[in-house]
Amino acid sequence: MRRGSVYGVLGPNGAGKTTTIRMLATLLRPDAGSARVLGHDIVKEADAVRSAVSLTGQLASVDEDLTGRENLILLGRLLGLKRDAAKARAAELLDGFGLTEAATKLVKHYSGGMRRRLDIAASLVVTPELMFLDEPTTGLDPHARNQVWDIIRALVGGGTTILLCTQYLDEADQLAEGIAVIDHGKVIAEGTPSQLKASVGSGALHVRLLDPEQRPDAERLLSRELGGVHLEPDPAALSAPCATGDRAAEAIAELARSGVRIADFSLGQPSLDEVFLALTGHTAEESAEQQEEQAA
Amino acid sequence: MSTNPAIGATSTTVGDEVALRKALASTPRPPRASALSAALTFGWRGMLKVKHVPEQLLDVTITPVMFVLMFTYLFGGAIAGSTGDYLDYILPGILVMSVLFTTVYSGVALNTDLTRGVVDRFRTLPIWRPAPLVGSLLGDSVRYLVAGTVIIVLGVALGYRPDAGVPGVVAALALVVVFAFALSWVFTTLGLLLRSPNAVMNAGFMGIFPLTFLSNVFVEPETLPAGLEAFVEVNPISILATASRGLMEGNADAGDIAVVLATGVVLTAVFMPLTTRLYRTRG
Repeated sequence: MRRGSVYGVLGPNGAGKTTTIRMLATLLRPDAGSARVLGHDIVKEADAVRSAVSLTGQLASVDEDLTGRENLILLGRLLGLKRDAAKARAAELLDGFGLTEAATKLVKHYSGGMRRRLDIAASLVVTPELMFLDEPTTGLDPHARNQVWDIIRALVGGGTTILLCTQYLDEADQLAEGIAVIDHGKVIAEGTPSQLKASVGSGALHVRLLDPEQRPDAERLLSRELGGVHLEPDPAALSAPCATGDRAAEAIAELARSGVRIADFSLGQPSLDEVFLALTGHTAEESAEQQEEQAA
Repeated sequence: MSTNPAIGATSTTVGDEVALRKALASTPRPPRASALSAALTFGWRGMLKVKHVPEQLLDVTITPVMFVLMFTYLFGGAIAGSTGDYLDYILPGILVMSVLFTTVYSGVALNTDLTRGVVDRFRTLPIWRPAPLVGSLLGDSVRYLVAGTVIIVLGVALGYRPDAGVPGVVAALALVVVFAFALSWVFTTLGLLLRSPNAVMNAGFMGIFPLTFLSNVFVEPETLPAGLEAFVEVNPISILATASRGLMEGNADAGDIAVVLATGVVLTAVFMPLTTRLYRTRG
């Protein structure tokens, strides 16, 4: 992992992302094996690791019963800032994250987006060398998600290194320089977003037909044009890997010529599900189910 | 929800670009916070919670008042012949009981804390490991002080006049609070072992309730069956109550005080490391 970059860890729920991050942040002791963070062993030199990293978890790790300002001052003091320095730093962060107006409100009255921003601010009271972000945008609306992305980009621009766990391929693609895909606690693929997408095909053409009866025809035509047709649960829908808009246009034109009537179509990035399908031969959901069965 | 409309409004804009850059600019890492400073900061956190929700002091103020009034006027005449005489006997006892009951809430509060994400952040900070626990118990000690002070003020209002005066009362209160601090480690351990705040509350009171009643807090042990009397005599709560009475009356036995302090040291030595260990590994 290069300093001043984002490394994405991509996987479905239950794949082991949070567990990994909690181990690296010294919250959990590994049952076996060892790991080094910034050259420090996470078990033997846990305190050195703690001094260099910060963690923003899935649950906002801020104190709901305190105000935003108090949360930041509290952390500043715990990290060794003097009283005045902690206050000044809190004011600076509140200002930078657009929370000044809400500074004296209790965090339990914050919106989800504000809470997440405060959470990230709380991780930056003292600049960490490495920051763990565990699903920072899960559960946020698109607007709040964009704000969080802006903050992450600004952070990386400022030289912070970030390990980002996410279940959205889109998010990893937008932010990360390198991505590891994990499943059942194992890395199943690693590379840059473009390498990863190339290994899956860069995108897929999704087609929904007016008449489900015509799906076998559409399937035959699309496998000839594009190959690797995937029949979707919706009886009128199917998709096929497709690299470019030109190829998609040709395929659609071919369908129309043959009298297959199309309700709608779209050319999309491969979803996490498709990445999983391509890499493991099963979907992310199946993977989560298997996990549950193993647990049960 | 009592959300102020202004809060909703701010969520639509992240602060301006310049302020964000400034906030993200790298700051030099200060030297590690000392153990004392970290613990005191956690104590401050406890105080802030009281400041935001002062109602939570109700349990440490109303309950003791009820106990004093009920016991004095309901049982006073029957047990000691007159309410005045009984007040002299029971006031230091109720002081002990009220403060010790309050220690259960330390375990409940810790258990509640664990259900929140904030504990994860505390655990990833480079601080003295027991600081969050020591700090919150220091904060709770203020609650113990409040509970104790309420009892004493009420007692004086009802006519209680301790022979040792203010210094004696202060010494007794200090002894009870120190013991309570030590005892609360038992409940924080419980708070980390049990699954819900309610379970901690129930288990805590199941322990502390009989232990307090089977002491000399309410009655002189001489009237009890021999087996029970033997137990009451060695119950640390009895010894604490006796020592507090002694301090307030000006005839305290140094041996009793020593036993109380030694019990406190043992409780802390056993349960503080246990709590710290569980706090680190649980969750």
